[in-house]
Amino acid sequence: MPIAKVDGVEVEFEAGMNVLQVCELAGKEIPRFCYHERLSIAGNCRMCLVEVKPGPPKPQASCALPAAEGQEIFTDTPMVKKARHGVMEFLLINHPLDCPICDQGGECDLQDQAMGYGRDDSRYALNKRAVEEKHMGPLIKTVMTRCIQCTRCVRFITEVAGVPDIGLISRGEDVEITTYLDKAVASELSANVIDLCPVGALTSKPYAFNARPWELKKTESVDVMDALGSAIRVDARGPAVLRVLPRINEAVNEEWISDKTRYAVDGLGRQRLDRPYVRENGKLKPATWAEALDVVAARIKATSPDRIGVIAGDLQDAESMKAALDLFGGLGVKSLDCRQDGMVLGDGQRESWLFNSSIQGIEDADFVLLVGSNPRLEAPVLNARLRKRWLAGALQVGVIGPQADLTYSYTHLGDGASALAGLAKSKSDFVTGLKAAKKPAIIVGAGALTRADSAAVLAAAAGVAKTFGMTWNVLHTAASRVGGLDLGFVPGEGGKTAGELVAKGGADLLVLLGADEIDLKQTDAFVVYLGTHGDAGAHRADVILPGAAYTEKNGLYVNTEGRVQMGFRAVFPKGEAREDWAILRALSERVGAKLPYDSLDELRGKLFAEHPSFGRIGYVAETPAAVDFAALGRKGDLSDTPLWSAVANFYLTNPIARASVTMAECAQTASGAAKIAAE
Amino acid sequence: MLNRIGQALKGAALLDFAGAFGLGMKYMIAPKKTVQYPHERNPQSPRFRGEHALRRYPNGEERCIACKLCEAVCPAQAITIEAEPREDGSRRTTRYDIDMVKCIYCGLCQEACPVDAIVEGPNIEFAVETREELYYDKERLLDNGDRWEREIAKNLELDAPYR
Repeated sequence: MPIAKVDGVEVEFEAGMNVLQVCELAGKEIPRFCYHERLSIAGNCRMCLVEVKPGPPKPQASCALPAAEGQEIFTDTPMVKKARHGVMEFLLINHPLDCPICDQGGECDLQDQAMGYGRDDSRYALNKRAVEEKHMGPLIKTVMTRCIQCTRCVRFITEVAGVPDIGLISRGEDVEITTYLDKAVASELSANVIDLCPVGALTSKPYAFNARPWELKKTESVDVMDALGSAIRVDARGPAVLRVLPRINEAVNEEWISDKTRYAVDGLGRQRLDRPYVRENGKLKPATWAEALDVVAARIKATSPDRIGVIAGDLQDAESMKAALDLFGGLGVKSLDCRQDGMVLGDGQRESWLFNSSIQGIEDADFVLLVGSNPRLEAPVLNARLRKRWLAGALQVGVIGPQADLTYSYTHLGDGASALAGLAKSKSDFVTGLKAAKKPAIIVGAGALTRADSAAVLAAAAGVAKTFGMTWNVLHTAASRVGGLDLGFVPGEGGKTAGELVAKGGADLLVLLGADEIDLKQTDAFVVYLGTHGDAGAHRADVILPGAAYTEKNGLYVNTEGRVQMGFRAVFPKGEAREDWAILRALSERVGAKLPYDSLDELRGKLFAEHPSFGRIGYVAETPAAVDFAALGRKGDLSDTPLWSAVANFYLTNPIARASVTMAECAQTASGAAKIAAE
Repeated sequence: MLNRIGQALKGAALLDFAGAFGLGMKYMIAPKKTVQYPHERNPQSPRFRGEHALRRYPNGEERCIACKLCEAVCPAQAITIEAEPREDGSRRTTRYDIDMVKCIYCGLCQEACPVDAIVEGPNIEFAVETREELYYDKERLLDNGDRWEREIAKNLELDAPYR
């Protein structure tokens, strides 16, 4: 590896690094505004100036200068210091001194670096420039006078998010960041520009003026809005979660999160179930825990186990599903299902329901076939990865299913699953390319696996994967799904599936663990709802047991690639609500089948002992076992009905998001944009 | 020995008594230092840190912009602020509470304030009968500001040359 000298200390670096990165390696902090590791290099803020020998006798922008063998880099010479003072003074000439009313105050790069590298006074006495605010949609608040034209937002939106909605126009003093036509930024990742903005020009609209960074309690956790399990930081003050920020996890979300992950949290304060309810004479009446649990226990005792059904929702943690499994399985209940959408996967090999390429590993694929999936809506962060891979070149994408703007180009092979059947025999360019591909991958969306003919679709997709030697990937949309399937939260011998349970006469007692995405109109069962929000499940419920949302409990979640991740409690459950596993534990005592654990640790101990895959927290298998394609699905007729994505409205996929005002606004904006596009 | 004789002579001449009597007489006719509060008051420095007040601009607009620096700097954590955008989009507090029981009158809040909104005025006469009355809210503080604005403004002006 080449060697350079930073302030007299020799540093080994990888070829291709720039001078700034080499300085970082040497432990020297280089101030910067426009440079960002995950974006292209712009070199327009000039804050990262250093002195480099050999080279012209002037300071050089370290972000845009490739490091070379034998270079001598100086980061604290008088020339560098003077250059930084100068650049900072120029940046501050037009930057308003409104830190006290700026939401970025306290976490502002410009503020910090002005303290660290700037002069202590200003010599500029003329008028500062003012810029009109721009409309960027319901999430991004703009104060454009504060902008220092680093263009990070422009580069993010065009490169990572892949929509040409933000740009830089004009020259010199008139230069402005704009959305051109004052329209909302139409991307599911748009709010990441707020984190990227080094000043307070782009700030969070829903969080405007709410709090200062120093008053927030920060909890590192995992997201449950989609099945990726993005790493997040939950910022809370008192009992309220105020915002969610991304954490860096190279293997999952790099450092991006979707707008839903970031902004659905205001739904955690609305429509909450904060006390138990029991339905009396057709009306839900507030009850005490003892009353509610007694009613449920009496029902459980009075009902034959084969008439009891348990359905787990999309946001459940593994512990609560394990507790439900232990309690109801112990009573002899066979009808347990964690697949409220009726997904056909769940028996047999674990790899059959995982995203085996792994999220990071999809960057190695050179051929991707999407079946019944729109990753942009189902997992926007994964879609950004696919786009990143596509931008890197030599990636072919084929789509069977909905045609949508995925932010990268693809070959559309057909709307319906029938296109799968012809693929093996096809002589098209696409298939020829596919045959030659070294690392092809198939991504099967939840939309393809939740149809009436899904068993046949699954078999056909498995057949295609086998024929072309593709890595088998299932892209789930529910955060709890893989955890549930890993636990075996599926109907046992003679048990009924979720769809059969909610049919008329399907069960006498239905226990819903936060299951809201299922049609409960037909069921005539006694419904017990354990969950967080007054959503579909709670409306139909006969007894409501208030549970804890994902920010209110410690829990394990397994993402779509089978990575077990731990979420942590940021705030306490609302009102009288309790953690889900504890409710089931209390219920078990009343039923007379006491669960053998008194604490979450004991529960986890049992979970790890019985399901060793849960013990490997944070890891996925390096080389997953080969999928037995023959065992997948059932051969049958493939219909021509178009495949659809499992996510119809990105902003309203779960009870938390549906209770969120911000998400409602986003959904409205998005549908408005869709209408305009249709005209 | 000589010393002892000298002491005895002094005692016999009652010199100590005479001196003490003289001192008593001097203070009897000297001007009195005692202040007949509340009819009389001691002079107060313009920097005096008394009861808090939230000030307004001359046009009636409240000065506080909810930057929360006073809340952050308060060593007794006596200040609680909540904020949200007002209808016109400006940054304002929806709640500004000072727990005057916790407050130690250190004056850091007024030092931190970038807009001279929170100040410690000259008032010292805010004794109350219950603890609850010492939990000041925004309304009370603004009211204080309105009531004491003349004195506060004068004090700030007098102190300005030294800042």
